[in-house]
Amino acid sequence: MASTPKPEEILKINYKPPRTRWMDTPVEFKPGTFCYGAKPDNLKGLGLPNPREWSPADEDWKLPENWKEILLEGLRERLDRFRSLRVFMDICVRCGACADKCHFFIGSGDPKNMPVLRAELLRSVYRKEFTTAGKILGKIVGARELTEDVVKEWFYYFFQCTECRRCSVFCPYGIDTAELTIIARELLVLLGCHIDWVVASVNNCNRTGNHVGIQPHAFYDTVDMLCDDIEDITGIRIEPTFNRKGAEILFIAPSGDVFGDPGIYTFMGYLMLFHELGLDYTLSTYASEGGNFGLFTSHDMMKKLNAKMYHEAERLGVKWILGGECGHMWRVINQYMDTMNGPADFLEEPVSPITGTKFENAKSTKMVHITEFTADLIRHNKLKLDKSRNDHLKVTFHDSCNPARAMGLFEEPRYIINNVCNNFYEMPENTIREKTFCCGSGSGLNNDEFMEMRMRGGFPRANAVKHVHEKYGVNVLSCVCALDRAAFPPLMHYWVPGVEVSGVHELVGNALVMKGEKEREEDLRGEPLGGMEDDE
Amino acid sequence: MDTALGNLEKYLSQNKKTILEKWYDLILKTYPEETARFLRRNKDQFENPVGHDIREGIQGIYDGILQGSGDEKFYPFLDKIVRIRAVQDFSPSQAVAVIFFLKQVVREELEEEITGGKINLTELLVFESRVDKLALITFDIFMECREKLAEIRINEVKNRTYKLLQKANMIV
Ligand code: SF4
Ligand code: SF4
Repeated sequence: MASTPKPEEILKINYKPPRTRWMDTPVEFKPGTFCYGAKPDNLKGLGLPNPREWSPADEDWKLPENWKEILLEGLRERLDRFRSLRVFMDICVRCGACADKCHFFIGSGDPKNMPVLRAELLRSVYRKEFTTAGKILGKIVGARELTEDVVKEWFYYFFQCTECRRCSVFCPYGIDTAELTIIARELLVLLGCHIDWVVASVNNCNRTGNHVGIQPHAFYDTVDMLCDDIEDITGIRIEPTFNRKGAEILFIAPSGDVFGDPGIYTFMGYLMLFHELGLDYTLSTYASEGGNFGLFTSHDMMKKLNAKMYHEAERLGVKWILGGECGHMWRVINQYMDTMNGPADFLEEPVSPITGTKFENAKSTKMVHITEFTADLIRHNKLKLDKSRNDHLKVTFHDSCNPARAMGLFEEPRYIINNVCNNFYEMPENTIREKTFCCGSGSGLNNDEFMEMRMRGGFPRANAVKHVHEKYGVNVLSCVCALDRAAFPPLMHYWVPGVEVSGVHELVGNALVMKGEKEREEDLRGEPLGGMEDDE
Repeated sequence: MDTALGNLEKYLSQNKKTILEKWYDLILKTYPEETARFLRRNKDQFENPVGHDIREGIQGIYDGILQGSGDEKFYPFLDKIVRIRAVQDFSPSQAVAVIFFLKQVVREELEEEITGGKINLTELLVFESRVDKLALITFDIFMECREKLAEIRINEVKNRTYKLLQKANMIV
């Protein structure tokens, strides 16, 4: 037997990955695992540097001549500007607590996706250039030269981080790798090395007010079309107003809810709710985007795109702003907006016109999350809800990373779901709330060319959904994020067929009993109510 | 169902734990060291879904072989192993090869019994052919996964805003 060749020898399978040190293993750009590079027109449109035709898979990235100088100067500037950056560069003790907490590491098995190593990609250069030990001792203290290969590596791995912050929950020092990714992307954009999906969206938003690049008349037409659908289902005609001066409230939703399937059903839910309440609100065709891909580009872009919310609120003379179900939009609002574009003195502290509740948490930003608003309505018994209209659905809830970890929004969505659905099942404890697993497509990585990597990164989340799908027959994955609503359908299709994706206000829209409505036979998707016959 | 594995079945049963451990180890070796360490250490179904699925997968396959199960019984277990490998950084052969590893482990583990004639060669060949067949099924599943991925990509492009705009007569 001993001389018999082993199957692995016969097959000549080289299944061992390279045994070089991480620093010496260059990145390989394989289709499916990287996002396309920013197109010159989109960079130009935003006045960003080095617009050119290029692909990350190219050997030559056509970097500006003095690229190294630009990067190091950029890093120096940011070390001075952001104290957190310098602290994060210095205090990591490499304890490894964060190492296995990243969904991209768990799903891809690529060690450079361990948050500690991801940060090390940047830190190694910092050590070399900005610390005495690193200058003298080099690799011994984990310092390395900044080369073009390092730039490529940064691009590869910082666009393989969804800025979800799960790792930071487990770090004893609170090091937030997402913030390092934000800085690294900001540095990359100085060389014109960004991804087109993000830069194109920012460019669109800058011109038309939303990421999709839809112009005001088309925005109006799409909402009108959704109103037609609502009329078919409920018999009630809703006529929302646009850009109406003097409205009490400005409502801003992510554009994905207006233009994307299945987000539109959530948008229908909003419209129905506001109509039923007789809310004095208006939509805006200028501030027609709640999301902010600027956050994934640079601090300056984020500020620029965010500014239109307050501008529009001021122009229309509303009292406060109500915001829809979006993920990163709330991170921007909660963590940056007030100091970045505030204070919004021209607005008032938000008060629900229906219940009189003061939203003290929004005292400063003047912006209320729709689930806070609706949970308060339910709490005060202001809505007539027929839960049984969601009986054909078995629902679980995904805590979207940003509302969960950047604003602590855990209870409100659950409270609403429990009041509009009879069948609600939680996923396992270590995959929800602050420990929630990312969809794997956040921070602007939800493009089709990145699908393979998205399936890897989304696996831990999908795996938990699969568990409740098999155990309780869960057939709806609900969430409060438009990006999730775009990213989850393909993820479910690959990992857990038979699970649909919905927003929380879609479920509200189903259950909401409206004055003068006809007998409902269908849910907002046009599916027959109460039928369990077809779970697929 | 008769497994036609004769004596071999007995030895496969007796050595199940060691064989599965070694098989698992070989599969983990297809990952970088740090990753393999994590996959081995963390036993939580949700924190380490890849490690967990591989474990469940090989266990199910092994039990299926012992029980002489029909092909369809193997699908979910093979799927657990290859669905993730189909999107990870592996070539098709690398993704599917892990099934063949079982042959190697069994030959090594039961070497004495085989050379000593306690297990006859026909039984071993029957067993190995069965593994070969499972590897072929695994390849089918691998292809299904890749096709699905391609389909998802195409739908992604088509579905999104396009459908809506078309509905609203904004694109002709
Ligand atoms: S922020 Fe999220 S994606 Fe980025 S390293 Fe941490 S866990 Fe991974
Ligand atoms: S948990 Fe914090 S200190 Fe520990 S390795 Fe990760 S980033 Fe460094």
